[in-house]
Amino acid sequence: MEVDRVDGRTRNQLRPLACSRNLLNRAHGSARWSQGDTIVLAAVYGPKAGTRKNENPEKASIEVIWKPKTGQIGKPEKEYEMILKRTLQSICLLTVYPNTTTSIIVQVVNDDGSLLPCAINAACAALVDAGIPLKHLSVAICCCLEENGTVVLDPTKLEEQKMQAFAYLVFPNSVLSVLPQGPSSVESEPLEHGIITSVTHGVMSVDDYLHCLERGRSASAKISDFLRRSLQSQLPSDRSKAA
Amino acid sequence: MGSSGASGDLSGEMEVDAFRRLFPLRFYERHLLESVRPDARPLGRARDTTVALGAVATADGSAMAKIGCTTMLAAIKLEVMTPPLDSSDEGSVAIDFHMPPICSPIVRPGRPAEVAPVVSKQLSDAIISSGMINLKELSLVSGKAAWMAYLDIYCLDADGALFDAALLAAVAAFSHLQIPAVTVNDDGRVVIMSGENEEGKLLKDPVNKEKRKLTLTCIPFSLTCILHKNYILADPTAEEESVMETPVTVVLDSSSRLVSLYKPGGPVLAYMSAVQDCVALTRQRVKELQKILSDAISDMEVD
Repeated sequence: MEVDRVDGRTRNQLRPLACSRNLLNRAHGSARWSQGDTIVLAAVYGPKAGTRKNENPEKASIEVIWKPKTGQIGKPEKEYEMILKRTLQSICLLTVYPNTTTSIIVQVVNDDGSLLPCAINAACAALVDAGIPLKHLSVAICCCLEENGTVVLDPTKLEEQKMQAFAYLVFPNSVLSVLPQGPSSVESEPLEHGIITSVTHGVMSVDDYLHCLERGRSASAKISDFLRRSLQSQLPSDRSKAA
Repeated sequence: MGSSGASGDLSGEMEVDAFRRLFPLRFYERHLLESVRPDARPLGRARDTTVALGAVATADGSAMAKIGCTTMLAAIKLEVMTPPLDSSDEGSVAIDFHMPPICSPIVRPGRPAEVAPVVSKQLSDAIISSGMINLKELSLVSGKAAWMAYLDIYCLDADGALFDAALLAAVAAFSHLQIPAVTVNDDGRVVIMSGENEEGKLLKDPVNKEKRKLTLTCIPFSLTCILHKNYILADPTAEEESVMETPVTVVLDSSSRLVSLYKPGGPVLAYMSAVQDCVALTRQRVKELQKILSDAISDMEVD
């Protein structure tokens, strides 16, 4: 495939990923996730006792605080908070610690496109670092649609502005389990094909969206592998610390 | 599932209302098994929808939309502004969504509802990215003056599917919007509305000779569905939204292009078939809503 993007990537190529965990001393879990120049730092505090008003006390509650790089939080940040909260609620086992609140603080270090997916990946890694019980991991990706209908993955800010439409998609990662496949693969589709979150901007045809889904799915498998590898590679040090 | 087992034993001797409050999920699942909902709707049908144009007399354009009990009041106020340099021949639209304490027991006075800014952002994304409004039509004098349309949507009764009702009210308000006749006065730059008193003095420089309406193209319409197990419930009520927590909002424009597919998390994963079913339900709903809106407009013109 020919190279046709400003930064010399092919359409399906992601920017270099990096993930480091356990950076903050006081937080119960923290992670820094970067995709090229988009960098997000996430910290997890909790589970703390009690839930906020209007939350179900029979379940654990999740609270997300979004800190932009500069300035006050506005409507877009509020929306990001809500999407992040609902997404993380769906991957956490909320029944394990009822009547507790887990706070996730997301600090944007630098925004160069695909900010929300980057934040979701960072938050997921931070939850793992904090040892919050999860059903599975979540993997987020941004797919952009050019005017001529081709799909471009993981756009930079410049590309995001030029594109006709883009979709943020979040998928569950594939579960590696010794247990036989449970009721997860209903409808003959594997678990990792289900969409946890989908947010789109701009007008596209339904077929283009389905095309985005397909591309996003295959790219999310790669990010999922990376996430799993980077979580595993830091395990030995954690164990030595515990000992 | 201890609780569901217990509910099975108790349900024989329990009143329906008590069962509904104690085991809401079981209550709904029993209905879903019969492909019906507690308000006697089939799963894929939306509630009765009405649109009334011109609900606010002082606004330049207004509409009231009701989907079942969910009630939205939208009003547009036009003001003249100097357009920014980079888009000198375009007006602009500012959209705000309000949830006063009257709309729901969850909203407390003084503390704004959590969902309000989110719905507000979703609305402006849908309205602006759909390209329904040609912003050039809101221009008066290129580089000097343009209309700023302030669209405020008030939720009077929040009974589920807030975004759908808000979008419908917003679209209806824009279709009711009349741009007033304006002129430039003697002082030069100031642009004043001449209203109806055009008799006598000659209009020096009629910038906008007569009242006109915007031409709306590609009007977006939306449908929210709730996913629960394999069931898809169209147009949920507030109770359904609180019991089953996976909403999917699909926005399609009148030429069936996808403006937004919005699924913020939720315990149920949307597989390909569910996505396609939601889109198909929305296609049907768009036809219904188009008819409701055009009926409301033609009713208005008869009056």
